Amino acid sequence: MNVLVLLRVCLRALLRNKMRSFLTMLGIVIGVAAVISMVGITSGARESVNQQIASLGDNVFMIFSGSTNRSGTRMGWGSRSNITADDVEALRTQCPSVRYVTPSVRVSSQLLYGSQNWSSQIMGVTPEFNDIRRYEVVNGRMFNDTDLRGAAKVCVIGQTVVDNLFQGTDPVGQTIRIRRLPFEVIGALGAKGQAAMGHDQDDIVLIPNTTASKKFYGGDARVSMVFGSAVSPAAIGNAQQEMTDILRMRHRIGPSDDDDFVIRTQADIASTVEQSSRTMTILLGSVALVSLLVGGIGIMNIMLVSVTERTREIGIRMSVGARQSDILWQFLLESLMLAALGGLLGVLLGVGVSATISKLAGWATDVSPVAAVVAVSFAGLVGIFFGFYPARKASLLDPIEALRYE
Amino acid sequence: MSGSNHRIVISARDLTKVYHMGDVDVHALRGVTLDVQAGEFIAILGASGSGKSTLMHIIGCLDRPTGGEYVLNGEQVSHLSRSALAGVRNRFIGFVFQGFNLLARTSAVENVELPLIYSGLGTQERHRRAREALERVGLADRMDHYPSQLSGGQQQRVAIARSLVNKPALLLADEPTGNLDTRTSLEIMDLFHELNAEGMTIVLITHEADIGAHARRRITLRDGLILAEEGTP
Repeated sequence: MNVLVLLRVCLRALLRNKMRSFLTMLGIVIGVAAVISMVGITSGARESVNQQIASLGDNVFMIFSGSTNRSGTRMGWGSRSNITADDVEALRTQCPSVRYVTPSVRVSSQLLYGSQNWSSQIMGVTPEFNDIRRYEVVNGRMFNDTDLRGAAKVCVIGQTVVDNLFQGTDPVGQTIRIRRLPFEVIGALGAKGQAAMGHDQDDIVLIPNTTASKKFYGGDARVSMVFGSAVSPAAIGNAQQEMTDILRMRHRIGPSDDDDFVIRTQADIASTVEQSSRTMTILLGSVALVSLLVGGIGIMNIMLVSVTERTREIGIRMSVGARQSDILWQFLLESLMLAALGGLLGVLLGVGVSATISKLAGWATDVSPVAAVVAVSFAGLVGIFFGFYPARKASLLDPIEALRYE
Repeated sequence: MSGSNHRIVISARDLTKVYHMGDVDVHALRGVTLDVQAGEFIAILGASGSGKSTLMHIIGCLDRPTGGEYVLNGEQVSHLSRSALAGVRNRFIGFVFQGFNLLARTSAVENVELPLIYSGLGTQERHRRAREALERVGLADRMDHYPSQLSGGQQQRVAIARSLVNKPALLLADEPTGNLDTRTSLEIMDLFHELNAEGMTIVLITHEADIGAHARRRITLRDGLILAEEGTP
């Protein structure tokens, strides 16, 4: 039997019961739309997270004070800072694979300027911070070695702080108060946008780390964390090893004891994100799979009904010479068409949904043609799998019985 | 075979058919021997339960005999597979049923095309032959009507056109007038006479003696055996 003729016969049978065909397809439509939109959203989200991670800087690493073990009580990360400014200095001078490194001393305080106030992230760092994190001073200047040595009360502020405290006036040369101490604004940073996890990178105030230690921690040289970058992407591993060796030696950690610090690289962060997005994909993928299976069962159900309803038609076709295989193909093709058509509609719906979401939520979405082809093919397979039993049932009908069927 | 005028279309030898209904064996046919020559118009008569439907199913290759030999148009068909039988039906047999058995919501011309679809003919040729067959039965102006838009007599004419379209060796009519009024029945029987006059071999299965009287030869079945035979081939 000619394939084109067969296609026309199937199409006509489906169009004869438009509502029923549509409802039967719906399960597949929803399943495929779920797959397509989820793939689009997760790959778009992954893309933007990767961009944000890259915007951290090149070959960046961070060192946190590790969990400590005092009298058997394990404390969490950073529970007790045990990295000092001298440690950082040692890293700077003794690690050939490290290009930039800066301590970071965190200060929490409200910022005051005139009648305005704002809460921001205040960090005591060295000027190398800008090289590591790729910040750029667009107005005024960064603090220099003289400021560091003199623990000068100067600060450089991010775009968000500028917007919230100064509202249009030039911040450079103005004085803001941090914990009642006056700090001169000597520079403003260019905008950088959101970081991974939606944290605003422009809501930041940089002061010399020496000032932070001296004025707010009574000269305590301990730092909250360390930022740095390796000389090249390939050097990250070496840098990690060198820093580990030096810190273990300086902290007098025995060979059998754990590190009291944690080094996190950009790759670590990226892989964490990758991991969570993979979990998401698997989760959504299984939801989609279940919905496709349910859709397939719906197709099988309707095709069984259809075979029963059309028993007489099958008898007529057999009496004029249709072989079992002709009948089998007719019904198989019908369920394949239902499923594939549902798959196509699902792709369209999925593309629409992800486009809407990217518009509303401002995420980039990226529907890959591969995902679309795979989803439609899989829907087709579902159609063939669940259509086979009804089609076989139809083909095995006895022509005499089928002709008698009322 | 002695010349084209006396070609044997149906040659059935000692056909038996046994149905197993649970523990009971029902002998529908107990040994029927029958020859039908090309160009004959023969009626198979009998009450319900006489075995005429079973005989019709076997002659029509819808079923296989339990025993005996059946040669149709020179081909041994008693032991063919279901698929091969479908091919035989397609090439050699045109069915006309009591209930017309047309596909609903399918135009007359497409109904008539149906056997040709399974012969693998091209669209053009299918169309041409279907139109020709419909013209032959006097429905040239009803080609695109649906069965629901046609009268009973017209529907049966469509069915006859469908049975003719593949130029079969044999036209097998099972109670073709059972659903029709007397006047329309006569019209249909006239059409059979015309087709027979053109050389078509017709086997008519009926329980009505007056319809059977249209045939030139009549065979009466009872209890799975030939009870009487009258007329000449």
